[in-house]
Amino acid sequence: MANYSTNEFRSGLKVMLDNDPCSILENEFVKPGKGQAFNRVKLRNLKTGRVLDKTFKSGESLEGADVMDMDMQYLYSDGDFWCFMEPDTFEQHQAAESAVSDALIWLSEQDICVVTLYNGTPLSVTPPNHVELEIVETDPGLRGDTAQGGSKPARLATGAVVKVPLFLDQGDVVKVDTRTGEYQGRVK
Amino acid sequence: MSDWQPGASIHHLRRRAQVMSLVRNFFANQSVMEVDVPVLSRSGVTDLNIDGICATLAGAPAYLQTSPEYFMKRLLASGSGDIYCLGKAFRDGEIGNQHNPEFTLLEWYRCGWDEHQLMRELTDLVSQLMNRHGSSALRVTEISYADCFYDKLGLDPHQASLSDLWNLAAKIGSSSWTGETRANCLDLIFSLKVEPQLPEGLVFVYDYPECQAALAAITTAEQGYKVSRRFEGFLNGVEIANGYFELCDPVEQRARFDKDNIARQAAGKPIWDIDTKLLDAMRSGLPACAGVALGLDRLLMSDLEVKSIDQVMPFSWLRC
Repeated sequence: MANYSTNEFRSGLKVMLDNDPCSILENEFVKPGKGQAFNRVKLRNLKTGRVLDKTFKSGESLEGADVMDMDMQYLYSDGDFWCFMEPDTFEQHQAAESAVSDALIWLSEQDICVVTLYNGTPLSVTPPNHVELEIVETDPGLRGDTAQGGSKPARLATGAVVKVPLFLDQGDVVKVDTRTGEYQGRVK
Repeated sequence: MSDWQPGASIHHLRRRAQVMSLVRNFFANQSVMEVDVPVLSRSGVTDLNIDGICATLAGAPAYLQTSPEYFMKRLLASGSGDIYCLGKAFRDGEIGNQHNPEFTLLEWYRCGWDEHQLMRELTDLVSQLMNRHGSSALRVTEISYADCFYDKLGLDPHQASLSDLWNLAAKIGSSSWTGETRANCLDLIFSLKVEPQLPEGLVFVYDYPECQAALAAITTAEQGYKVSRRFEGFLNGVEIANGYFELCDPVEQRARFDKDNIARQAAGKPIWDIDTKLLDAMRSGLPACAGVALGLDRLLMSDLEVKSIDQVMPFSWLRC
C-alpha cells in the first residue's frame, strides 16, 4: 500500500496504526510561528471501534490500509459464519461473528449491506440504513389509540427490540432506522 | 458551484478594514512611520521551521518574504527611526484553521526600547482594537516561559535534560522522540500541554529558551542559565505575536544563519543563501531596538469570535 504524509490526511482516509486499520476522522494543523509543525489526528480503530487521538510531526507518514467498503447481499448463516455475495461477480465472502455482531439484530437474508473488507476479509458489516421487519412479539394492540403518544417495546423478526406505537400488533411490519434503532412507520 | 465567494462575510470584511485603519491611526499618533517594504527578495530565510515560497523572476529565484524583518532592519540601520509595516507575508505549507500560506502581518520596531516596553505598547494597541465590545477591559497576564511550563508540567524547561524532554514528548506525541532536538521537543510540549491552558485575554510569555532565540538577543537569567529575550503574545489561547529585544551583533547573526542551514540540511530541507545585505546593515550598525510581529488575521478571529481564518479573509487559499 502507498504511504500517506500528514498533509494528505483527510477525513475517511484508511491508514495502519500499530498494526490495526484505522479511519481518519479529523486532522488539525498545529504550528507555533517559529516552531515545529504538528498534526493532531483523531482516528477510529476499525477493529475495535475505539477513537484515538494522536499527534504527528508534520511530514511523518503512515502506511495506507487495504480497506474497502463494498455493497454485498446477505445470503445465509451456518451459525459460525455469515455469508455475503458481491451482486455483480457473485463472489461470496464469509464473515466471522466479530464482523457481524453489531449488525446481526437487523439482518434479514437478501438485504444489501455495506461490507468493509480488510485485506480481502470482512472486518465489519453495516446493515441498510432502513429495514422493514415483522413484529413477532408485543403487547396486544390498543385499537383506536392511534392519535395518542405512548409506545411499547416490540420484538422484531431479526431479534431487535424497538419502541413502537401502542396500536401496532404482532404480525405488523414496521420500518426502522438501523442507525438510531428508531421506529419510522408502519408498512401496509 | 465553485468557491467563488469570499470566506468572510461582508460584515467581517468591514471590520477588517476598520481594524487596519485603526492600526494606521494608532501608529500615526505615536509618530511611527509606515514603510511598505517589498514582499519579493533575492534572499530567503534560513529558519528551520519556516519555509519560504520561491517564485521565478527572469529565470532566477525570487523569494516571497516570510516576514518584513530583514528589509525593516536594513531601514533601521539606515536611520529610519521607529517604523511599522502592515503587509502580506508568505509561508509554505501552512494551511489549517489558524493558518493560511499568505497572511497579513503587522510588524513594528521601537528604537531604544526593550521587549517589556514593547509588550506594554502591544497591550495598548490590542486593547484599542478590541475595545468595541466595551464592557470589560482586556485581561493581561505576563508570565515567564519557565514559570508557565513548570506550572503545567513540573519540569524546568531550561535545565531539564534532553532525555527528560524526549520522555515527556514521547508521552504526548505519536512515536519515539529520542534523537529530536531540544527545540522541537519544547515546541511539542508547549503547543499541546501549555498553550491550550493559558488564561483568557492577552497573555505574554517571555524569556524563551536559549535554543529558541531566533533573532533575539540572549542574556543570562538570575538563575544562571541563558534565556533569549524573546516573547510571544497569546490572545484567548491563540498565538498572535512574536517579539524580540533584537540581536544586533552581525557575527552572532551570521553564526545563527549557518547553524540554521546545517539544521535544514540535516532535516532534508533545501538550504538558502544567507541574506548578506542584512549582515552588511548590521555591520554598519543596527540601533538597539525591540520589534514585534502580530498576525492581524488571528487578531480578527478573536475579535469576531470565529474558529477559522477563512472567515476573516476575503479569500483564503482554499478559494484562490
